[in-house]
Amino acid sequence: MDSIAKILERYPFVERENLIPILQEIQQEQGYLTEEAVREVGRYLNLPASKIYSLATFYNRFRFHPLGSYHIRLCRGTSCQVHQSGKLEKKIIGELGIEDGQTTTDGLYSLEVVSCMGACGMGPVMAVNNRYYTGVTEDQVEEIIAYYRETEE
Amino acid sequence: MQIDIEVNNQTLSARKGETILEALAGEGIQIPTLCRLEDFTPTGACRLCVVEVEGRDHLVPACSYPVEEWMKIRTHSPRVIEARKMIVELLLSNHPDDCLYCERNGHCELQRLAEELNIRERRLSGRKSRTNLDLSSPGIVYDPSKCVLCSRCVRICEENQQVSTLDFTGRGNTTAVSAAMGKDLNFSNCIQCGQCIMVCPTGALHDKSYLDAIQQAVNREDMTTVVHYAPSVAVSLAEELGMKPGKDMSGLINRALKKIGFDKVYDGTFASEIYVMEEAAELADRIDKGDALPVISSSCPAWVKEAEQKYPDLLPHLSTVKSPEQIAGSIIKRYCLESSDRGQNDIFSVAISPCPAKKFEAQRQEMTHQGISDIDAVMTTRELARLIKLYGVDMHAIEPAAADQPFNKDRSAARLTASLGGTNEAILRTLYYKITGKDLKNPRISKMRGARNTKYFSFQMENQDLNFAALSPLGDIRELMEDMRNEQVTHHYVEVMACKGGCINGGGQPFHHSSQTVRSRMKAIHNQEDKMDTRFIHHSPEVKRFYSDYLDHPNGEEARKLLHTRFSARDVLL
Amino acid sequence: MVEQTTQQQLKDLLIAMLSDYSDRQVESNNREAIERLRRDKVDQPVISLTYTTASMIAGADLTYQAILDYLEEREIDASLRLSGSLGLGNSEPLMEVQLPGKTRVTFSRVEPEKVSDILDAVFNNFIPEEHVLGQHINELHEPWEHVPNISELPFFSIQKRLILQNSGMIDPESIAEYIVHGGYRNFLKAIRNYTPEEICDLIEESGLRGRGGEGYPTGRKWKNTLSSPAEQRYLVCNAGESDPGAFMERMIMESNPHSLIEAVAISAYAIGAEKAYIFIEGEYEVAVSRLKKAIAQAKEYGILGHDIYESGFNLNIQLHQGAGAYVCGEETALIASLEGKRGMPRPKPPYPSRKGFMGQPTVVNNVETLLNVPVIVDHGPGWYHQTGTEKSAGTKIFSLSGKIDRSGLVEIPMGMPLREVVYKIGGGIPDNKELKGILVGGPAGGILTYDHLDTRIDYEEIAELGGALGSGGLVVIDEETCILDTVKYYMHFLKQESCGKCIPCREGIRRMYEILDNITQKPGDEQGASTLQRFKGVINLEKLAHVIRDTSLCGLGRRAANPILSTIHWFRDEYEEHIFERKCRAGVCQELRTFYIDVDLCTGCTICAQKCPTGAIVGSAKHAHFIVQEKCIGCGICYESCKFGAIISK
Ligand SMILES: Cc1cc2nc3c(=O)[nH]c(=O)nc-3n(C[C@H](O)[C@H](O)[C@H](O)COP(=O)(O)O)c2cc1C
Ligand code: SF4
Ligand code: FES
Ligand code: FES
Repeated sequence: MDSIAKILERYPFVERENLIPILQEIQQEQGYLTEEAVREVGRYLNLPASKIYSLATFYNRFRFHPLGSYHIRLCRGTSCQVHQSGKLEKKIIGELGIEDGQTTTDGLYSLEVVSCMGACGMGPVMAVNNRYYTGVTEDQVEEIIAYYRETEE
Repeated sequence: MQIDIEVNNQTLSARKGETILEALAGEGIQIPTLCRLEDFTPTGACRLCVVEVEGRDHLVPACSYPVEEWMKIRTHSPRVIEARKMIVELLLSNHPDDCLYCERNGHCELQRLAEELNIRERRLSGRKSRTNLDLSSPGIVYDPSKCVLCSRCVRICEENQQVSTLDFTGRGNTTAVSAAMGKDLNFSNCIQCGQCIMVCPTGALHDKSYLDAIQQAVNREDMTTVVHYAPSVAVSLAEELGMKPGKDMSGLINRALKKIGFDKVYDGTFASEIYVMEEAAELADRIDKGDALPVISSSCPAWVKEAEQKYPDLLPHLSTVKSPEQIAGSIIKRYCLESSDRGQNDIFSVAISPCPAKKFEAQRQEMTHQGISDIDAVMTTRELARLIKLYGVDMHAIEPAAADQPFNKDRSAARLTASLGGTNEAILRTLYYKITGKDLKNPRISKMRGARNTKYFSFQMENQDLNFAALSPLGDIRELMEDMRNEQVTHHYVEVMACKGGCINGGGQPFHHSSQTVRSRMKAIHNQEDKMDTRFIHHSPEVKRFYSDYLDHPNGEEARKLLHTRFSARDVLL
Repeated sequence: MVEQTTQQQLKDLLIAMLSDYSDRQVESNNREAIERLRRDKVDQPVISLTYTTASMIAGADLTYQAILDYLEEREIDASLRLSGSLGLGNSEPLMEVQLPGKTRVTFSRVEPEKVSDILDAVFNNFIPEEHVLGQHINELHEPWEHVPNISELPFFSIQKRLILQNSGMIDPESIAEYIVHGGYRNFLKAIRNYTPEEICDLIEESGLRGRGGEGYPTGRKWKNTLSSPAEQRYLVCNAGESDPGAFMERMIMESNPHSLIEAVAISAYAIGAEKAYIFIEGEYEVAVSRLKKAIAQAKEYGILGHDIYESGFNLNIQLHQGAGAYVCGEETALIASLEGKRGMPRPKPPYPSRKGFMGQPTVVNNVETLLNVPVIVDHGPGWYHQTGTEKSAGTKIFSLSGKIDRSGLVEIPMGMPLREVVYKIGGGIPDNKELKGILVGGPAGGILTYDHLDTRIDYEEIAELGGALGSGGLVVIDEETCILDTVKYYMHFLKQESCGKCIPCREGIRRMYEILDNITQKPGDEQGASTLQRFKGVINLEKLAHVIRDTSLCGLGRRAANPILSTIHWFRDEYEEHIFERKCRAGVCQELRTFYIDVDLCTGCTICAQKCPTGAIVGSAKHAHFIVQEKCIGCGICYESCKFGAIISK
């Protein structure tokens, strides 16, 4: 619980406008948001838990469960769409059985669909943790996923 | 400042700054609304109130758009009607098609809109949102599949009650209303006041009904069924049955319940009298000892739950007296056991109450005797009306009847407790007598009447300045509670009601669409009282007899055992 | 000696330079130091590598390491720096080398393996042509022979870079470089020489219109705010850039963050705001960190803070990172989000200029809008108005992408025909494919066709065609892209990104999506209810679209129907083909594809039958196979697996 308290300390003013930054920091630190975090932040900012949960579920990037060890981000921006990233999404869903925002039960992979990663000229773009792949094809998706599974073993 | 606007080719006068909807009110032009909630800031969410304004590219929402000089408005042009129709059709395309089985069948705003807009064909269809029925809570059922996301429950829960159990979650076409962390209601901080049900336009939030169990009990030969109803039920039921709002229905209710088949029908007013006696005695005692002042009323089970979860540190201030319903529950079973040869299991005790939280209260462990609840089932005013219809009782045709002895009292100051401030008024009279040995010359305390949310009154008794307060809805108590935490409170007694105006506006009362209705209920209570025989409960012969027969004296050892309870902190996500 | 200038001295010098921006006395007294900073004169080789998100994705990290290793191994005394982006999307990473006395020369697609070849050559005074992009020719440096001038390359030659001028030329993390290139001078000019009202006048005269929204005149918006009495006013820079097909704001903020700080500062001054927010998409990590650095540096240099350069003006800029919601681009939603709430729009009026952030008058402006402000203060409104068209003054920045030869960041004068952007700047469609359309204005914009190539890019003309300049995304699609699939993609995006508040948008978009989805799927059973519903859906699609446009609360819903309405208009034949002939000409709508086996070519190898996921292929070994159409889902696996080309797609 220490880490949350430490984060809250950085926001000496009890103002609702700090809510998003606080949650962002907590998520950065803990990987995702827990009920305990919601409770603590609510107490600190004098906000009902429902407001915090409501806010967090509104935005794409707050999570209430941990990411997989290999976090796949797939660009579904318009340019990548034009370069057939839709097929890649289907492929990943088919391979891993998870959809956007989910984590595989073994905790190995999680999938996040993002809009434009800023490298449209090289689409479709995909990333696993901090490693980027450009001009990805369906076959490559298979290889990439297999590669990490092997690494793990 | 008055300005001229043109509506459907007619010039009307409007006040500058008011909304189009306000300007049209009383002009004989009705505009459908769905997300609008009286006295709340418009959110502009449902778009049903759209009208055409010349010069604007898009239709504008009448509920939030301010009028401007010489605005040319068309409220029912083909474009407008088509838009409204399509919006309702969109809602219907994501709505379960089970109106005939729905709790709100015939009372549903969505049904009414579909009817008014003459929707006769299913032009749009598609996948419906996936939802889970939440039956967890004793008082409230939440069926998200029927939610139209008007946000009325969210706003009432947040702004009036400041409980904020419900809020939107998610976004886009998967937006939903739910409690924090997606918990079911029973595991949330919901206090079950039922105000959300009152504002829900559809059957998404509705009563958890125990009518089946009640009917079964009534049907059983070997079961003594006993029913009592709260005073506030008597003044509101009329509306639900198409009778004059504010009419006192006690006599008719007695007759109807008998016809339905209850063995004993009692008027809950008597329990309220005992409640007042106990509360006054406890208050006098605590004032005397200077113990945990102010005393805070605990007759409202929704408030009690809120106190247990949000103000656990202030629990010692709560009066330990049970609520009138539960007082009735404990004495009815005891009395029935004594007056017949039945065992605990052979008595089925039903309470009719204006409030879903009573259902929750009846299931509390503290409200049991040898593992069996004092009250076996609770129904709301709305459910009573349904039961009456189910049994084919024509309230216009029957004659009033008296309730059963010994709890047949209906004309008493105890009835004041149905409206905010009334508990104060009734208690004060008895307290005054207790302290001074005299009766108040003018028992009517007008500062404790009226439509205000917070009422204060100070009074001198035997050189003591005593301060009284009455507060509702829950949203308006926060300040006082904080002051108490900081020990800055000089009150001796604080009456708290979760619902705005008290039980007459409880979450189990008939649906209404304006605060006017609630005022007429309040007026009914006050008018009755001013003409009443028992204005001083402590002089009531029945009450005196009750104490001498059973419990010795108020707040005494016996009375405390039977009529008082305890509270404990609750750990829920607030 | 200039070499010994310490950091502190440098800072003092730059601050002195800023204080003295009008006389330029300090500047001429310290010419040498400044020339060095400006890279007018270098005494050792300077290598700089584009370091932006795009170049990182292209592997700039590895290239950087390779350069470091190269220099270390050979003990070469050179300085290695980072730079922003020139805007050429598919040539990253770019590496630039400047030898003393020579022009800056840029190499494209510098993968780590290429580093030593290129540098070996350059240090031997030779330019390997296959890797070079071009050089920046100017009168100060000796040009390389046979190396094209970058500004004459087709991608750059017809651009007009008022805002992007320094992008890619300076180190985005160095305030010093920004200042010596003229940075922050306009801010000081504004706060010293003009009153806020005068700045508002300048902006109004310039004809600047909002680049993020509907093109509302910026000057007028500012004046409304300035004239609203208030305790506090706020400026909010909308850097949400939530359009999934746009990246230009990100690139600008990564490449020249100080220019945004300066723009925000001038604008805040103009509306009487002492606090400004930059609402930036949180995913833009590089941009966020650069802006943070820039704000810190600006504070250090006294450009932000209290009583700035003794003008009496105070300003604090705060960065707010969005948590991911397209609708937060809408100004009232953005304000709600800043206040720590769900980013849901609210009805207007009241407009933010009266009641915005914390109930106070607030201006919300787009990044690009604001970036024009320093340019106008610098050159005056008359000069500015010369660029562009009568009603749409200045330039417009686009992120050009999709099926295009050269994608990237493009700044053109308003009024330029689309054709020039697509063909001259972008180099047309690759692989000899045909242009099918141009997606203008993001998911809630329109799709223009070949016939619109001569449209002049300005607010009115684009809006008339059902598009919107609002977002700077220009995504080009070719014959391999299915229009319905694209619109469906947009509807999918919008149905998730709708805030969920109002019924027409929340419930309507998902229905439009489903109707399209039905059209692009194989009919269930032709007699059944699904067919009937599909037709009802199609019949009502346009009506539905009109109601959504007419009644939605905010621009998201209002514009959500644009892609549908504009494509029904311009690509009607493709809709009809899908609906009546059950055919997708681009071959994208999988379920509508049909495959046949050419009996003459089929050898009966059985591979396809083994791979078919639904068992739709029958036949015995060494005999021609057959596809059972009822079972086929059109996945195309057989098509790809047949070694004999026996499977024919139709
Ligand atoms: C759904 C929606 C998304 C928007 N997204 C953006 C955006 O990403 N960036 C932006 O600057 N404006 C966006 N806008 C427009 C803003 O609401 C607002 O008009 C604009 O920021 C005003 O700035 P301007 O006058 O400088 O254009 C969006 C509007 C809507 C309705
Ligand atoms: S149009 Fe869509 S995004 Fe805008 S307020 Fe309505 S639901 Fe929200
Ligand atoms: S669309 Fe994928 S990187 Fe831009
Ligand atoms: S009543 Fe006006 S928008 Fe709902």
